Amino acid sequence: MNLAIKDIRHGLFRFVLTCLGLGLLMTVVLAMIGIYNGLVADALAVVKAPAADVWVVEAGTQGPFAEASSIPATTRDAVARMPGVAEAGAITYQTIEASHAGKTLRLYVIGFEPGRPGGPQRIAEGRGLGRSHFELLSDRKTGLVAGETIRLGRDRFTVVGLVEDAMNSGGDPAVYVTLADALTLQTAMDPAAARVQAARGDGGLRPPTVAAVVARLQPGADVALLTATVRQWKHLSALSQGEQEQLLLASVVDRARRQIGLFLGILLSVSAVVIALIIYTMTMEKLKQIATLKLIGAPDRTIVGLIVQQALILGISGLAIGLALIFLVKDSFPRRVVLEPFNALVLTGIILMVCLVASGLGVRAALKVDPATALGG
Amino acid sequence: MASGDILVDVRGVAKHYGEGETRVDALRSVDLRVHVGEVIALLGPSGSGKTTLLNVIGCILAPTAGRVELDGDAVFDGKWLRSDLRRLRLDKIGFIFQAHNLLPFLTAEENVSVVLDLAGWPAERGRERARELLDYLEVGHRAKVKPALLSGGEAQRVAIARALANRPRIILADEPTAALDSGRAQLVMDLLRKLASDQKACIIAVTHDEKIFDRFDRLIHLRDGRLVDS
Repeated sequence: MNLAIKDIRHGLFRFVLTCLGLGLLMTVVLAMIGIYNGLVADALAVVKAPAADVWVVEAGTQGPFAEASSIPATTRDAVARMPGVAEAGAITYQTIEASHAGKTLRLYVIGFEPGRPGGPQRIAEGRGLGRSHFELLSDRKTGLVAGETIRLGRDRFTVVGLVEDAMNSGGDPAVYVTLADALTLQTAMDPAAARVQAARGDGGLRPPTVAAVVARLQPGADVALLTATVRQWKHLSALSQGEQEQLLLASVVDRARRQIGLFLGILLSVSAVVIALIIYTMTMEKLKQIATLKLIGAPDRTIVGLIVQQALILGISGLAIGLALIFLVKDSFPRRVVLEPFNALVLTGIILMVCLVASGLGVRAALKVDPATALGG
Repeated sequence: MASGDILVDVRGVAKHYGEGETRVDALRSVDLRVHVGEVIALLGPSGSGKTTLLNVIGCILAPTAGRVELDGDAVFDGKWLRSDLRRLRLDKIGFIFQAHNLLPFLTAEENVSVVLDLAGWPAERGRERARELLDYLEVGHRAKVKPALLSGGEAQRVAIARALANRPRIILADEPTAALDSGRAQLVMDLLRKLASDQKACIIAVTHDEKIFDRFDRLIHLRDGRLVDS
């Protein structure tokens, strides 16, 4: 006879409500874990997207994500000709705001050269950029759909394809345009401002600049040698893919990551206290029944089993509800919520541990109960 | 009666709490023998030591001095572990409480069979025995009902069934009729007398209910921890 299950069924409504409350708490914990992972994944997504081996940026900067970087667009040809380089592409990044369907969209515009490194790895819907102007690929989170048009700067662009999980470390969804369009977008001003500049005599042509040049190396090529060679050019610097990722995590998202990490720690501590309190209260309410069980000869393992089983059922039910809820609502979050099976596994381990420790308090109280209390005075 | 008929043999049992000025002597050199089939009542004012004596016989409380033999086994002789005493309670002692103390999350049948489950009986045999006892106590029709829906008399009969489930030879009752009206109290006592006779058990009950005094074989009076007469 399983006393734990019988007791739960007796007060099922109350137990379900408790599980639901715990489940909501677990949802918040899982959301924080997901947001934490999402922050890192978002930050790395933009770095990983070009699938590059080496990033060539402006000397003295840690660009283009940690710091602004501006190098001549012609650098791409110089890098492409270097020994060991399979292909290279120039790339630009800028954040702009655009109006669409009555709302202001904040977009992370990535300019790349179609056919060269720098574009998205996979197009989820539609096609890639086929024309050299006025087409864009948009992340799904922008809300744009294939075939729609949107005005960026002074030009109207047509959405020809959709990509997924492309955004900057701030969570702004990305759009991909051709490098030519991106350069125009960088320099184009509205006609009135351009006329003022021209009247001041600032009409000269400037060479186009890009944020970085990304290079993919031939098999067996030495990344360290290439970056060392690039650094010999006084106006350029080079970072390997690994260095770029580390730099981004260490400088751009580190503070936010630590903030969320600390909050997650506090949330887990609160959850542990809440679970402990629930289990302890559940046990204290049963002391008279426990005394009766002890008096009629129930061994300690029956009492311990009753408390520990209920604690574990409570914890696992709460976690299951939390997991179900977070998977239902995670796509509604404005920022990406990334949950890996590993996270669920670790949280399951933590919750089981908390339940066992918390039930230890209840078990201690239960084992101290004098069976004589069942007899009365 | 032959010594083999003695189920409870208490000799020179004393129990005190605290030391020095705070010392309270709950029991002072108590001698008591209860034989097979006997139904005895422990009487006395509050604080006279009735419950302490019941707890000592029930292996809940160890005496400070003296010797206790239950169904031939000398307990509290230093060789008995807490788990041994628990097993002894399960096998040889049945408890009937003032408030029936049924487990609210179990049905009447389960409240009886839980004892047999703890004693290691197969589940089906335990259920059969529970139904048999509930039928015998005329509450078989309420077997699937939880305690909250039982009347006071029904709940007390289920509690008696639980106390008898593992065929104990010593039944300890704490105010078994306190929650019952006069008529039902007489019926319960008649039932306990019959059970003691049928199961070759003895019954020791703490009671203040004068209306049932005639149902006991002996009335044991306690005052200030001593037996006054019997």
